[in-house]
Amino acid sequence: MQPNPDTPLLETRGLTAAYGQFKALFGIDLHIHPGECVAIIGANGAGKTTLMRAITGVLRNDPGMVLHRSTPIGALSPDQVMQRGIAMVPEGRKLFPSLSVEENLLIGGQVRRGSGHWSLDAIYRLFPILRERRHSPGTALSGGQQQMVAIGRALMSNPELLLCDEISLGLAPVVIRDIYAALPAIRDTGAAVVLVEQDIARALSVADRIYCLMEGRVTLTAPSAEVTRAAIHAAYFGEAA
Amino acid sequence: MIWLDTLVQGILLGGLYALFAAGLSLVFGIMRLVNLAHGDLIVFAAFLILVTVNLLGLNPFLSALLAAPLMFATGWALQRLVLNRVLGKDILPPLLITFGLSVALQNGMLEVFSADSQRIRAGALESASVDLGPVTVGTLPLLTFGSAVLAIFLLNRLFYSTALGRAFRATSDDPVTASLMGINPRGVFAIATGLAMVIVTLAALYLGMRANFDPSIGPARLIYAFEAVIIGGLGSLWGTLAGGAIIGIAQTVGAQINPEWQILAGHIAFLVVLLIRPRGLFPRAVD
Ligand SMILES: Nc1ncnc2c1ncn2[C@@H]1O[C@H](COP(=O)(O)OP(=O)(O)OP(=O)(O)O)[C@@H](O)[C@H]1O
Ligand SMILES: [Mg+2]
Repeated sequence: MQPNPDTPLLETRGLTAAYGQFKALFGIDLHIHPGECVAIIGANGAGKTTLMRAITGVLRNDPGMVLHRSTPIGALSPDQVMQRGIAMVPEGRKLFPSLSVEENLLIGGQVRRGSGHWSLDAIYRLFPILRERRHSPGTALSGGQQQMVAIGRALMSNPELLLCDEISLGLAPVVIRDIYAALPAIRDTGAAVVLVEQDIARALSVADRIYCLMEGRVTLTAPSAEVTRAAIHAAYFGEAA
Repeated sequence: MIWLDTLVQGILLGGLYALFAAGLSLVFGIMRLVNLAHGDLIVFAAFLILVTVNLLGLNPFLSALLAAPLMFATGWALQRLVLNRVLGKDILPPLLITFGLSVALQNGMLEVFSADSQRIRAGALESASVDLGPVTVGTLPLLTFGSAVLAIFLLNRLFYSTALGRAFRATSDDPVTASLMGINPRGVFAIATGLAMVIVTLAALYLGMRANFDPSIGPARLIYAFEAVIIGGLGSLWGTLAGGAIIGIAQTVGAQINPEWQILAGHIAFLVVLLIRPRGLFPRAVD
């Protein structure tokens, strides 16, 4: 069966999320097509991480609020969502302290889809420094190296959709550049990528499209090439441009 | 010579305590859950082996081999159906539930098996001994200790060099992130408890062949297990073996001085170690 090219890989419809009484997302509609690179920008507390948690099943929803190739997945558990080919690089990296670098990578590949591109060897070619450090505890590495492990760990399952939550958080500009240099190789495998990013210029330069979130709502969506600084400023801070 | 003999007997007895403790340690290490019914589950497994020996006329070791998968299933179901529902930030609900289970198990076993003490008959093995030069030791205590060493060795291998062990450690570190890696933490917990019950079966085998048991002795086995785990340091399986040996030695030395002091001496050794090293001899867990 040929998949319909117009069917989004992932779609959210009126996605809401709350922490107890506190509502964090108010009806998010977004879609990501196969192979696309989409950036999600927004100020601190806008709800970007909450959106990632809702998509990956850490926060449960009504089934129809999240669709994977038109199949409702909103009520699935995180492990079930992951097994559908949606892998997460969580905010703050979240390496397993009891595991070595290599074990962190291996655990990402414990549930693998098909005989895809990624293997330990391919990850070590993407980030050569990890090969040297493969027996160190994951948490003994520098921030940038830990971020590489977190990305490699997610790639090991050969995902169709890679969700990255603030992979440049707290890293020096040269390190951020090294990490972003891996993006083309990742996209070459055909994977779609979602980048949650605070750096607007970087988001615009690497993504095909952007969504801007503010206080739990989408305030702007446009192809990166077409947005103006004024529109982003308005969407980001809620001021009239 | 008598003291060397006492020391060796103590160490071998420690093997039994390490077997009591290894399952407790495994479950605590992975899900921070103290199963207060652990001792009663050991006694339950001993009855299961006894029934198989009596009904099928099998030898105790084969009976334990049959009991082990049943106990795995029991542990798996207990975790899936009960314990997974009460695991959370609050540590009180699992304690209450397992305490309730402990009471229920004791009463249930009393109902079914009566308060009579029982023994798993092991034939010639009961009185067999091995001459080790300066000391002569019972074959059964030696087998017990050997089994404890083997069980802990295999558990360590499982933990540190298999995919399942990796999943155990990752889930123990951070269940939410583990679930993002495609691991189902509840499934991992169920396997861990099932595995703990396999070790419980092994402990029950040697407990039942070594001495009389009845439905009421579970809680005391839990205390020994708990003390061995704490002395060894949370999270270290070899530490648990050392902890078991220390309690074993203290008990045999105590009994040597005055038979009434046996149990008390074990508890005193526990308190002394805690005073000197509050986090146990080989602490691994940082939290
Ligand atoms: N675990 C939680 N419990 C309660 N409220 C939370 C929790 N996590 C986030 N929030 C709240 O939800 C809102 C959205 O937070 P979220 O972490 O999704 O924002 P974000 O866009 O990822 O911000 P940042 O750029 O700082 O990472 C914030 O107001 C935040 O305070
Ligand atoms: Mg965030």
